[in-house]
Amino acid sequence: MSLGVKSRRVLNRLLQAVPTIFGILVVCFLLTRALPGDPAAYFAGDMADEASIEQVRENLGLNQSMPMQFVSYVSDLAQGDLGVAISTGQTVTQELAKRLPASLELTLAALLLSLVIAIPLGVLAATRPNTWVDHLCRFLVTAGVSLPTFFTGLALLYVFYYLLGWAPPPIGRLDMMFLPPETVTGFYTIDSLIAGDWALFKASLAQMALPVITLALFTLAPIARMTRAAMLQTLSSDYVRTARAAGLSGRRVLVTYAFRNALLPVVTTLGMVFSFVLGANVLVEKVFAWPGIGSFAVEALVVSDYAAVQGFVLSMALLFVSLNLLIDLAYTLIDPRVGEEE
Amino acid sequence: MNRRSFLKGATTLSVGASLLPLTQLLPRAAQAAANETAVVVFGGTINSLDIHRSGTNRASYQVAINCYDRLVSFGTKNMPDGSLSYDFDNVQPEMAESWDISENGTVMTFKIREGATFWDGKPVTAHDVKWSLDRAVSLGGFPTVQMRAGRLESPDQFKALDDRTFQITLPFPSKLALPDLATPIPIIINSEAAKANASPDDPWATEYLHRNPAGSGAFKVSRWNAGEQLVYERNDDWACGPQPGYQRVILREVPAQSTRRALIERGSVTASQDIPNKDAKELAEKDGVKVITTPIENCIYSLCTNLDFEPFKDKRVRQAIAWSIPYEAIFEQAAYGQGVPMWGGSNEVTSIAWPQKSPYEENLEKARALLAQTDYKDGFEVPLSFNLSVADWAEPTALLIQQGLAKIGITATIEKIPGANWRTIALVEKKLPLHLENFGGWLNTPDYYFFWAYIKGNLFNSYNYDNPEMTGLIEKTLDMAVTDPAYAPNVTRMIELAFDDIPRIPLWQPTLNVAFKEGVEGYEYWFHRQMDIRPLKPA
Repeated sequence: MSLGVKSRRVLNRLLQAVPTIFGILVVCFLLTRALPGDPAAYFAGDMADEASIEQVRENLGLNQSMPMQFVSYVSDLAQGDLGVAISTGQTVTQELAKRLPASLELTLAALLLSLVIAIPLGVLAATRPNTWVDHLCRFLVTAGVSLPTFFTGLALLYVFYYLLGWAPPPIGRLDMMFLPPETVTGFYTIDSLIAGDWALFKASLAQMALPVITLALFTLAPIARMTRAAMLQTLSSDYVRTARAAGLSGRRVLVTYAFRNALLPVVTTLGMVFSFVLGANVLVEKVFAWPGIGSFAVEALVVSDYAAVQGFVLSMALLFVSLNLLIDLAYTLIDPRVGEEE
Repeated sequence: MNRRSFLKGATTLSVGASLLPLTQLLPRAAQAAANETAVVVFGGTINSLDIHRSGTNRASYQVAINCYDRLVSFGTKNMPDGSLSYDFDNVQPEMAESWDISENGTVMTFKIREGATFWDGKPVTAHDVKWSLDRAVSLGGFPTVQMRAGRLESPDQFKALDDRTFQITLPFPSKLALPDLATPIPIIINSEAAKANASPDDPWATEYLHRNPAGSGAFKVSRWNAGEQLVYERNDDWACGPQPGYQRVILREVPAQSTRRALIERGSVTASQDIPNKDAKELAEKDGVKVITTPIENCIYSLCTNLDFEPFKDKRVRQAIAWSIPYEAIFEQAAYGQGVPMWGGSNEVTSIAWPQKSPYEENLEKARALLAQTDYKDGFEVPLSFNLSVADWAEPTALLIQQGLAKIGITATIEKIPGANWRTIALVEKKLPLHLENFGGWLNTPDYYFFWAYIKGNLFNSYNYDNPEMTGLIEKTLDMAVTDPAYAPNVTRMIELAFDDIPRIPLWQPTLNVAFKEGVEGYEYWFHRQMDIRPLKPA
């Protein structure tokens, strides 16, 4: 497929996403305001009387009618102003710019780790059914998916920090003695490598170790399971039988023919896992004091901090749209038949 | 896989797992933290460095406490268990080295100390005090309400007579004015620095001061990473008190209580602020950790009966409820035995100390006898509500009260109100028939507590109590000096009425618990419940 056709497809997909995102914005706007609870009363603070609550309400712009509030929100949005998160005192843009990379760093590292373990494990389990490898895979998968992340996180903390002292204190992204690197991507590991600071890289990796293992145990399950199932299916298919009959080597059959065909469902699963892990790692963030997007959104929701919640939903919507696009592009790479019907 | 190999594997695994707790006996890693740096962890978040700003939360008040000075402060007293607390009855100089009060008690004149400078070197003058106090009463919200409690309401009351003399004129003499100047609110801001960063839309420099404190206090803010940490750096030129023991204090936000507990137990941090009663009780027994527990002054966890609810209009019903509560069980299970019991006192009010024990205790016969005299002897149904943000003590308390009420025929259904709604429903609309409340007054006089809790329409009178005799007494006594001969009789009568009418049933006085690494000295309890890091000294 030519580059021109490909880029036109990408553009089309992006344009199709615009009404979706607008719809999400409207629904989110209405839902947050339908929640019970009065943010003005909450933020007016202790001992606030009617007058001070009214004052805060005016400051927050909440005394205007709903359509007016929506119009002012959208016009601010068009200028790139997502509002101020009252619960943290920072602008929503600042918060997202800081917290999204923090969460992405954890999530991507966890996915990488679980891919490295889950795919070989799934392949091995499929090629050696009912041996100890297969049972190990089944055991890991069941344990990983049935244990809640905060439990796994706390258990790992207890063993590796509290009892053994191997892990550093779970005090956030970086220990007190280090200053964060210059922000290029927002990922401390990458940024410290860019800055050439090896000690800083090791320190941020050490802080990441336990939360990443916790998340990886959780994401291991669906990926390993899907790999195993897809491999079993492809290994018993006609074309693999033909390849074997034609005398191709075991490795060639496995990698080029069976695995590549099994990859499609695995990529789909990967996309799904990424989407729910990014939001669901709230509990891991809370246990390890990680300043991520999940805990930010939950805190904002609890106090009805409208601008923060809307900003979070908008950024997630944009993220998922681009994620879906990436997955579709990955499909075309793996399976030449996809997209041929243009 | 056969059965034998499976059993072998499982046995090895469980033997290994059971050995894990023994690894606790391994020597702990030496903590290489510098002696002059403290690390404090807490569960809240700091959302502004400006206490006067709209929307600034409680936890952010500590910046005002540690980084700014006020005209006066409170001295220190020793508690019975040897710990230290601020002393409400002992107002001490801070930025004002001396003051006098006119004959009629309405004019307070303060002498600003010589040689005190802001962090940028500019000397502190009375003009800065005037600008700062004007700001405190003009920006609105909680700060203005708290200033008003001390009869400080308008910029007209504040005058800078010259660079070193500052004068406050009160509408009438009040014992609350001077202590109110020692609360976190009336900070002294570097008005020149602030005005340089103000604009016509923002004359009080709220945008600038939100992120850039401009004070004269004992600590400067060297870093603020919102949502992660705040780093305090000592101001070696602090003129208003002895040099703080720590050169650097790092405040880290750690949301999970279990993590905070692990950190203080392992010695990775110096202090853990505001820990729950259960952890306070357990940590007190561990080596290497020191737990300081102080009763919170002028604060009582209470059960409130709303006089708008039909059955509660009858005083005997309210008293019956007060006799039916299982106070001991609640104190053991909800408070883990930490706190001061507020039940089982004498029938006569013999002192004006507040909080004091009510004459009620768990006595089901008295409760049933009283209820039998009313129209509700067959019982009734009532929702029992509490604020979800304080569920740690409120939920077990509510469940035990529900059981106690059931024994006298009252069916209570538990209703949990989310924190975001609590203020509006409970305190502003005042429509909860039976609920748990936890008001504590910053200024430590009984009449101050009664003002907020027993006058109709005031915020913490969430149960619509209205007694003209009580209202008259409170209004007369609120500003009256403690030495006035009418003071003690008035307060005694107020307490008698409160216990007889019993719209607000005291359960227990709560405590503020802080855990420190062994050897850290100097901690003082303050009514604002934040950590004042200025007097802390390393081990």
